[in-house]
Amino acid sequence: MTHHFDPSLVDWSRAQFALTAIYHWLFVPLTLGLSFIVAIMETLYVRTGNEEWKKITKFWMTLFGINFAIGVATGIILEFEFGTNWSNYSWFVGDIFGAPLAVEGIMAFFLESTFIAVMFFGWNKVSKKFHLLSSWLTAIGANLSALWILVANSWMQYPVGMHFNPDTARNEMTDFWSVLFSPVAINKFLHTVMSGYVVAAVFVIGISSWYLIKNRDIRFAKLSIMVAAVFGLIVSLCIIITGDQSARLMANHQPMKFAAMENLHEGRKKAPLVVFGLLRNNNSEALSKEDFALKLEIPNFLSSMAFLDANAYVPGIKDIAEGNTEHSIMSVNEKIGKGKVAIQALKDYNIAKKAKDTSMMALSLSALKTNYSYFGYGYLSEAQQTVPPVKMTFYSFRMMVALGFWFVILFILALIYLFRDRLNSKRWFLRAAILSIPLAYLASQFGWIVTEVGRQPWVIQDLMPTLTAVSNINTGSVKITFILFAVTFTVLLIAEIKIMVKQIKIGPKDGGNK
Amino acid sequence: MFENLSHLALQHYWWILVSLLGSILVFLLFVQGGQTLIYQLGKSDSKRNLIINTIGSKWEFTFTTLVTFGGAFFASFPLFYSTSFGGAYWVWIIILFAFIIQAVSYEYRSKPENFLGKKVFDGFLFINGLLSTILLGAAVSTFFTGSSFIIDNDRHSVWTVATRGLEAAFNVQNLSLGLAVFFLSRVLACLYFFRSIDNDEIIADVKKQLLYNAIPFLVFFLLFTGMLLLKNGFAVNAATGEVFMQPYKYFNNLIEMPVVALLFLSGVVLVLAGIILPVVSYAKHGNKAIVLSGLGTVITVFSIFLLAGFNNTAYYPSVADIQSSLTIVNSSSSQYTLRIMSYVSLFIPFVLAYIIYVWRLINNKKGQLSDLDTEHVY
Repeated sequence: MTHHFDPSLVDWSRAQFALTAIYHWLFVPLTLGLSFIVAIMETLYVRTGNEEWKKITKFWMTLFGINFAIGVATGIILEFEFGTNWSNYSWFVGDIFGAPLAVEGIMAFFLESTFIAVMFFGWNKVSKKFHLLSSWLTAIGANLSALWILVANSWMQYPVGMHFNPDTARNEMTDFWSVLFSPVAINKFLHTVMSGYVVAAVFVIGISSWYLIKNRDIRFAKLSIMVAAVFGLIVSLCIIITGDQSARLMANHQPMKFAAMENLHEGRKKAPLVVFGLLRNNNSEALSKEDFALKLEIPNFLSSMAFLDANAYVPGIKDIAEGNTEHSIMSVNEKIGKGKVAIQALKDYNIAKKAKDTSMMALSLSALKTNYSYFGYGYLSEAQQTVPPVKMTFYSFRMMVALGFWFVILFILALIYLFRDRLNSKRWFLRAAILSIPLAYLASQFGWIVTEVGRQPWVIQDLMPTLTAVSNINTGSVKITFILFAVTFTVLLIAEIKIMVKQIKIGPKDGGNK
Repeated sequence: MFENLSHLALQHYWWILVSLLGSILVFLLFVQGGQTLIYQLGKSDSKRNLIINTIGSKWEFTFTTLVTFGGAFFASFPLFYSTSFGGAYWVWIIILFAFIIQAVSYEYRSKPENFLGKKVFDGFLFINGLLSTILLGAAVSTFFTGSSFIIDNDRHSVWTVATRGLEAAFNVQNLSLGLAVFFLSRVLACLYFFRSIDNDEIIADVKKQLLYNAIPFLVFFLLFTGMLLLKNGFAVNAATGEVFMQPYKYFNNLIEMPVVALLFLSGVVLVLAGIILPVVSYAKHGNKAIVLSGLGTVITVFSIFLLAGFNNTAYYPSVADIQSSLTIVNSSSSQYTLRIMSYVSLFIPFVLAYIIYVWRLINNKKGQLSDLDTEHVY
């Protein structure tokens, strides 16, 4: 049913999607988190009547607006690229994947876009309380937008609530609630939006620290740090819980990604967690290699983390690829065989249908149903193709976690120094807070690298590899649009950073809007 | 309540919703039309700022409606989504590109150290206004003129011409609708300015622009409509699903669907009334002109979408292989998905209600130059 395409077309299509997603995710986390921080600040203004809070709110709202616009710009491309560059995917799962995107538009985007106009233009036109309500609704709308697209993404990682219809050659939804409330979806939503909150909290603390270093707008900076640090600390602690849950879900539903993330080549019981490791192997994707130049590990911890049992067996890359009879793990080659049976059965079904041969149709359908779980494997030729880039996944995960813990420390220190009134004198901390801004963005990007690079070669886990999902267009066209988007996004990013820096230098007087 | 609806009924229901979204999108393109008038109407920087602030508070509605239109099409008619977006690659990429540069331009144009300068961002707004209206209009027109694609048994589409959708812009009928939408968006922008701007000099220029744009709009719209009613159309045999050419198909659709014909005619009358009445008496009709023409636009475009998809018509015809043409039956989502989505659609009236409420709240008084000192400025 699905076709193979020129590998360079697949690579360029992936590159273009990755480029768009990376740029989009440079702006979205701040939108998600800053919208709530602004709403909290405005709540304090409305409750206390203190004009200082209004000034603070308006300043951060200005930065929110600058960031929001470019997030919207990159977002529209992301949605339509499913059609322009992944049209076979769009048909194969459009019956399921399209629904969250439509719900996102109806329930979230309009909420966000309607009330953001009140946020910016309503100060003199609506009551204080209605303005505050609009700020909260904008934040909720932004986060609801994230919910639906993350539900869609989760479904690609863990396809549930559907069946394959051989007559339409596509997957069709059978249970909307399974799609919406799948444990992977819920966890991914919480983990992802909260990572955005952390980015925003670090952003606010970092910018505010700059004012303290410059010895200007002191009270504004301290109040901003107070809100951001409390918000960031609460969220960071919750992220540890969702992160832990995320690892467990991955170990159960995407064991290859989990093994790659841990550079675990040969499975074992009482598997240790490598807290820090340097990979020596130049060919880390090879199935049988597992070579650390240096590592620091916690005994049994990986087994506990993955299966809540210190004695549990954690399969390695080699076990999953080559199979392990002792632990009832089917080899990839066997799965490839079953996948090919499923693909052939679909072809036979169509031939039988044309010939109106009902017994052949029933036979083909039975073979298809039995082997459909391995459908995507039928397009692969060797086990090695199922191993994602190990190094990138391994290091990205560790960088994300390490930075996540650093942010917890940052928030705690910010609060300690703030309440002891020693923030101004802690120059090293203020500088560290500024440097943490890019680190927060990096941590967030690392998270997505683990999620998306780690699940290769699948666009839909086990059912559709990327090589069959792309649109049937020539590679040259995709190269041109890749360059077009790369240049455009980069120019706009430069513009955003320059504008943002200027607004920060102007500072909170008149809300920073100059 | 949707449990008892057949798959066919749900397909019709979703075509109505998609058509409604499409028609609201065309109305909201007044933002784009306004963007192409900035320098013709704003003779000074402050006047340009006032014009941009007036339409700027609405740009997100157009943007969001476009995204929702795409999402709804994806969810309800995924074969159209995969065929058109993956096939007419360059048309959609250019449209999307035009929207990327729009989104940032409002927020960045007046900000200090904005890297590219105000004029470049204003240029982006003009490009967005020009390209998005013409290309979206031409894309909708292909619902009647057809595109060059083939769909195989596995529902994979192959575009058969290398221009990848750009060929649509070289068809007279497509170009007519594209230009009609472009001039309509400028007309609607003028009418919107009547209601939203309190500045005599700007309004005097707006009145001139209304006439300059209404005339070409009418010419191109009549040309498109005339060609539409006289052309052979892509009809579908309801029993077999076979697509065939039928003389005067769209004219017949109007005759066979009198409600659609009534909608079309009343929509056109409302658009014309919105244009003519403020010319006759601006003081009396200036404020309500956008309501009349806006409503007329929504109704007219809605009826055009219904002409394309209802009454056993292929809404996305293929001129390369007529049997590959898409109908609301062969391109839709499953009955279950459409049903679930239909429940979600019950939120639409609430969404419309709060949008209208907030719109009126924000636009309760006309914008003046003095507002630029106290408000958020784009």
